[in-house]
Formats: sequence, structure tokens, C-alpha cells
Amino acid sequence: MKIGKEFYRGFIKENPVFVLLLGMCPTLGVTGTAVNGLGMGLATTAVLIGSNMVISLLKNLIPEKVRIPVFIVVIASFVTIIELTMAAYLPDLNDQLGLFIPLIVVNCIILGRAEAFASKNGVGASILDGVVMGLGFAFALTLLGSVREILGFGSIFGIKFVAEEASTMLLFILPPGAFISLGILTAAINKLSMKKG
Amino acid sequence: MIKEYLKMIIVLTLIATVCGFLLSAVKTFTFERIEEQILVNVKGPALKNVLNQATNNPINDRLEIELDGISHTVFIGKKDDRLYAIAFESTGAGFGGDIGVMIGIDIRKSTLSGIGILTHQETPGLGSRISETSFTDKFKGRSVNDNFKVKKDEGAIDAISGATNSSRGVCLATEKGVVLYSKLKAEILKKIKKRSNKK
Repeated sequence: MKIGKEFYRGFIKENPVFVLLLGMCPTLGVTGTAVNGLGMGLATTAVLIGSNMVISLLKNLIPEKVRIPVFIVVIASFVTIIELTMAAYLPDLNDQLGLFIPLIVVNCIILGRAEAFASKNGVGASILDGVVMGLGFAFALTLLGSVREILGFGSIFGIKFVAEEASTMLLFILPPGAFISLGILTAAINKLSMKKG
Repeated sequence: MIKEYLKMIIVLTLIATVCGFLLSAVKTFTFERIEEQILVNVKGPALKNVLNQATNNPINDRLEIELDGISHTVFIGKKDDRLYAIAFESTGAGFGGDIGVMIGIDIRKSTLSGIGILTHQETPGLGSRISETSFTDKFKGRSVNDNFKVKKDEGAIDAISGATNSSRGVCLATEKGVVLYSKLKAEILKKIKKRSNKK
């Protein structure tokens, strides 16, 4: 297994956001700042690794016809564990992302990876898939959050680099900015991956 | 065929049961910690503002008082080890939902020692200005018998322009708060006395 190639797959070639266009709800909703994007991305990664691992362990046990309910139960449990843990230990992040964490359950990336990968592959490969896909998602959200934060607030990861009273393009923090930035970034990433074949 | 169905039922039930137990374990494990975080991060700053003369930590000195089957948490503010004010939560309907308000009452003067907004879903930049001190300070120092209504409703409070409904929500919460105070006052004083006697 070529780890480097796997990461290239998760970050660029099969990037969940820019190429597969999955999980648009959190992508557009929480990427107002780079930190929020990163937080959401890492929370999703944790859920994805956990659910991929458990589902690949159980794959021979799960009857074909009830696999989707089983996947959802497993995913929902992981999401709730993450939600409670965040509320208990990371209250600041929880304030910002609280609304979106329960929505990880319905994030198509997780169910998609469970169905397309974890239910057909071994534990090790499934965990690796969870790591690269999750980090690819986190990378996409952080990138989108950074672009919006730079243009909309004139800051990056909360560090302001323009004068306090400078007027910034607030549009990019608001919903239309999310769509505009996502569209342009998607085009750029696709151009990049096409060039490399 | 029946075997297949049985397997489905058993597997799904088993997995759901295991997950259920796991979640209740996590919930139990994090419960106290989450309560504490809410106290410190949401109510703490509001309390500091509302009971700004307190020399104790009101979060540690709190009591539960029951009225008509509903339990109210009352935070005790002490100045130089003597009770001077209490604070508790109240809610009022605003523009986008219930507004949670922490109400502080100076017991000796029967005035509001301040109010602080805990939770709201008002329009950002407009109704959300209710949490700014320029608005909440309008309540500070008023007698508990004042008419807590916006001027449009023949009350004493200047509403935020463009956010009358949000201002109304805060007024409503305050009104409900002072009513609650008049009902709870005797009980609170009794409990505090009992507590200090115990010490």
C-alpha cells in the first residue's frame, strides 16, 4: 500500500468536497473561518475512522438487507460520542459548531465510505481510508474557511493582518460567499488534478 | 427464509443494544463535566456582570428552590460575606425564539443589580444587540416595581431601534423575573438563613 498515493487520493484525486461533491451542508455552513472548517473536518474525520473501522469489522456479520440501518446506528453512535465529548472538553469549538455536529450523521461522505469501502475491505485498509478521506475533507474545509476568512475578515486562523477599521468583503463570510468560493476552488482543484492525470 | 429474517432482527437488535449501552455510558461519564462547562462558560460571565459587586463565586453558592413543581436555580451574591443580591434565569419570547436572561436583584435595595443575556436567536446585527451593555444597562438600578415594558407599550425601557420585538422579549423576561422574585423571596431568605446557621 502506497501511503503517499492514498493521501493524494483523499486530498486531490477523490477529494470528498472538491471532486465527489459530498457533504455540502457542513461545507457551506461552517466554513466562515479557517478554525471552524478545521474543527468540523477533524470531528468528521474522527467519526469516519471510527465508523469505517467498526463497519469493516462487522461486515461479515451484517445481513445485506439491513446494512444501511446498521451503518446509520453505528455512525449516529460515534457522532453522539463526539458531540458529548466536545461539549464536555472543548466548549468554545462546541459553541461554534454545535448545530452542525449532529448533522454529521447525515453527511453522505460517511455513509458513502461505509457502503463503498469499509463494507468490502479489511480493517487496516478501512481505517486508512477513513484517515485519508477524513483529512481530505478537513483540508477542503480549512482551505475554504481560510479563503473566506482572508477575504471576509482580513484574518487567518483568527490572526488579523489588516487594520482593525479596514473594510473587508463581508460577503465572503455570508452564505453567497460560500458558494462563490467553493465554485472557484472546485474549478481550480479539478484543473490541477486533470493536469496530473 | 425465516432464518434469514431472524438473523436480521437479531443482528440489528444486538448492534442497537450495544450502541445504546455505550451511549448511556458516555452520557453518564460526561454529564457533570458538561453541566460544569455550561455554568462556567455561559452563566459565569453573565453572573459576573449581573452580580458585579459580589466577592464570592456565585456559581459555587447556588441553591435550588422549588415553586409549583418547577425547580429554579438561584445564585447567591455576597459582599464581604453578607448576602446582598441574588440572580436567576428567566425567559421571554423574542423575535426568533425564547431569550434567556439572567436577572440580578439587589435584595437590600429591591433594585435590579443588572441583567445579562444568556441565549437568544435574534437577527445578527439587529436583534442581537440586546446583549450589548448599552441596552442591558438600561435595566440596571431600576426598582423591581418599575414598569418593565418598552416605551411603545407605555413602559419605561427604550427599545433598540429596529429591534422592538427583541427588546420586548427582554422586557418580558425581566417582568416575569421580578414576579418570580416576589414569589420566591421569602423562601430564598429562609433557605439562606438555614444554610448559614448550619455553618
